[in-house]
Amino acid sequence: MDIVAQTVASGVLLGLILALSAAGLTLIWGVMDVVNFAHGDFLMLGMYASFFGWAVLGLHPLAAVPGVVVVLGAFGVLVYLAVIRPVLRGSVLAQIFATFGLGILLRGVAQFAFSADYRQIGDSSFATGSFAVGPVHLGIPQTIAALGALVVSGLLFALLDRTTVGTALRATAEDRRAAELMGIDTGRMFALSWAVGAGCVGAAAGLLATYFPIFPDVGAVFGLLAFVTVALGGFGSVGGAMLAGILIGVITSVAGLVFDPAYKFTVAYLLYLVVLVLRPQGLLGRA
Amino acid sequence: MSPLLEVDGVTKHFGGVLANDDVSFRVGEGEILGLLGPNGAGKTTLFNCITGFLRPDSGRVHFAGVDVTGRSPSRLARDGLVRTFQIVRVFPDLSALENVLIGALLRHPPVDAARRRALAVLDDVGLAGRSGMRARDLTTAERKRLEVARALATDPRVLLLDEAMSGLNPREVADAVALVRRLRERGLTIVLVEHVLEVVMPLADRVVVLQEGRTIADGTPAAVSQDPAVIEAYLGSRFVVPT
Amino acid sequence: MRLGSGLPLLALVAAAILYPLLFGSPAAINAGVLVLLFASLGTAWNLLGGYAGQISFGHAVFFGIGSYTSTILLKEAGLSPWAGMLAGAALAALAAVLLGLPTFRLAGHYFAIATIVIAEIAHTVVRNVDAVGGARGLFLPILPTSLLNYEFHDSRLPYYGIAFGLYALALAATLLVERRRMGHYLRAIREDPIAGQSVGVSVLQYKLAAAALSAALTALCGTFYAQYVLFIDADSVFPLSLSILIALTAILGGAGRAYGPLLGAAVLIPLSEITRISFGGTGRGADLVIYGALIVLISVAQPGGLVAFGDSLRRRVLRPA
Repeated sequence: MDIVAQTVASGVLLGLILALSAAGLTLIWGVMDVVNFAHGDFLMLGMYASFFGWAVLGLHPLAAVPGVVVVLGAFGVLVYLAVIRPVLRGSVLAQIFATFGLGILLRGVAQFAFSADYRQIGDSSFATGSFAVGPVHLGIPQTIAALGALVVSGLLFALLDRTTVGTALRATAEDRRAAELMGIDTGRMFALSWAVGAGCVGAAAGLLATYFPIFPDVGAVFGLLAFVTVALGGFGSVGGAMLAGILIGVITSVAGLVFDPAYKFTVAYLLYLVVLVLRPQGLLGRA
Repeated sequence: MSPLLEVDGVTKHFGGVLANDDVSFRVGEGEILGLLGPNGAGKTTLFNCITGFLRPDSGRVHFAGVDVTGRSPSRLARDGLVRTFQIVRVFPDLSALENVLIGALLRHPPVDAARRRALAVLDDVGLAGRSGMRARDLTTAERKRLEVARALATDPRVLLLDEAMSGLNPREVADAVALVRRLRERGLTIVLVEHVLEVVMPLADRVVVLQEGRTIADGTPAAVSQDPAVIEAYLGSRFVVPT
Repeated sequence: MRLGSGLPLLALVAAAILYPLLFGSPAAINAGVLVLLFASLGTAWNLLGGYAGQISFGHAVFFGIGSYTSTILLKEAGLSPWAGMLAGAALAALAAVLLGLPTFRLAGHYFAIATIVIAEIAHTVVRNVDAVGGARGLFLPILPTSLLNYEFHDSRLPYYGIAFGLYALALAATLLVERRRMGHYLRAIREDPIAGQSVGVSVLQYKLAAAALSAALTALCGTFYAQYVLFIDADSVFPLSLSILIALTAILGGAGRAYGPLLGAAVLIPLSEITRISFGGTGRGADLVIYGALIVLISVAQPGGLVAFGDSLRRRVLRPA
């Protein structure tokens, strides 16, 4: 029984970070109806940014998180302007290819520039080890990262719910035409969705990098899991993505316990298929 | 003579609204029926229910005596029931000829035969000169006409036209009306959803008026335009049917 | 038009025959085999992705089904690889229909992700089930050189010939589909499935047909690969990178155009070999950079791929100044 509690707990910790990254993905999806197939590779980029911040500049990865958010946010806007905006006029096929190709490009650049070696941030000045909450042992870096994800998620909610800009974003997501008629500059909203969305991924990346190994393909699984999370939560629903992220974190964790660990993610992938076929709107999504 | 198309008590909730509320009417073979009503009256939803794009919550649709409720649109097209769309849906990157060809292939699987049929239909509707042009490069009126041509190429028995006249200038409307009359002379049965009263009233044999999902009138244009309920809801003041 | 349609075919056959005569080294023949293999794979993919507009990033699953089916039947039942090839194709077609039924109504993005996910599931399962070799993979029995055995040890030329045969088959299927009703219906489905339905196109039926044909052809290539390399494992026949490469040959060359994938393969395979040779150990990264950049460029500048690029060149050249 303790093992189950343990597994669920560590699943929640990872799930919180997954939730944050999925929130970024679903935001862009909701506002623009564009799927960022390079999502996982954005995460990878953010993790490398955090790593080099530590290795080259001596920045503590937690302190680097705001920096990574800004870097990724800016990168998101760049991608929107250079790649997304031109293909918006094209077919859905072209849109799919564009971000997909971008992902491959980013992965290749990482492999080429940084080699396929696994990197890890860590030295003795860091918090390591674990602490106990009842029968459950939680890793300190994982817990700190998860708490960080909670904080950033809270900020995201505040942005979307309490600010004018956030409301404009949500309006554009709900009905682009109506938003335009209300005087909202949809082009600016699109760019903003990429900035905020990529920023969320950046935050998740920075937090993840405090304990997770960094390598060029790290985005592959996280990217797919993010899609599963968004589908489960409901396309376009930020709240849904957050809820689903925690769920997926727990599901993959428990699956690793119940089945062969090799099938950890397979269960999540199967869930994606089941959700899409049986309940396409996910938990909290619109049609 | 039994009606060719029978709509019986069709009810449909759509988008949280009761879009069609127990709608019933009949269309006889060779008739032109006008389906009128203000925006939001449920006309397009009704079309969707009749042609299989939506499944009615209750009620039935009979075509040539057979219950076809819930059949797929492609099956209904094969049966002879075809519709056009309120916002024109031609295949934008295909040529006009290819557009109509897709329709013709239904009854003429060999591509050569279908192509010949398509050319004939294009000529029929007056678009022969545009056969090689990409559909997206045609004018609105031409695209609407193309959509009708594509539907005609399937040799339908009933054609449902959803706002075929909207967005056309008076000259284009006159051409369209002439086309509809020509089609009826060939034995086609036509149901027209329309806004433009001046167009529909002289054209239709019978008219059904919808309001907020319900039928409020069903009869000849002359009779319906005198109906006080219709006047209050829709016409605003006494409307004289132009001859 | 008449002369035009015959010319590319003639040129193709001539080039295919001349190539091994001019470049006879084993390395060159191998390159030729790879180009033809990926041209076949891309052409098969094109039927579903290019013509029907259903973008799949998981086609490796059919490649894997083909290679594993024939190999297992060979090892366990001594079944001729040729028969095994047909069995693999049938199984792949069945899988395509079963997978397509629930997923074809998904919109473009969601469908693409579903294909990735399905292939990943297959990849993981096959890698972990010992009954089909698991992580160790399967070694094919070494049999004497013969066409019947589908194995040739003295020269790679017979493989080259079979690869060309596979491509010819895939191309023939494409050209046939293009010219008949199915080809037109698939184009309609790609342009506007709802409009198509309104004039009698049974969208699901035709998508399933395209998928089954595409899967079967892909599976044939899978068996060929198994017989060529004589070893298969989950990581070599089911990976996402293979699915991407397959899609890329068609996208780069021209999705929805009959000769597009051949063009794409003719560019990508040599490119991949060159980057591997030039950059040695880190060659892997460089070819990804090029692939990725190519895909982005194509989607932004010329979604029609190299074929469309050639079209516009031809138009510009032929247009009187």
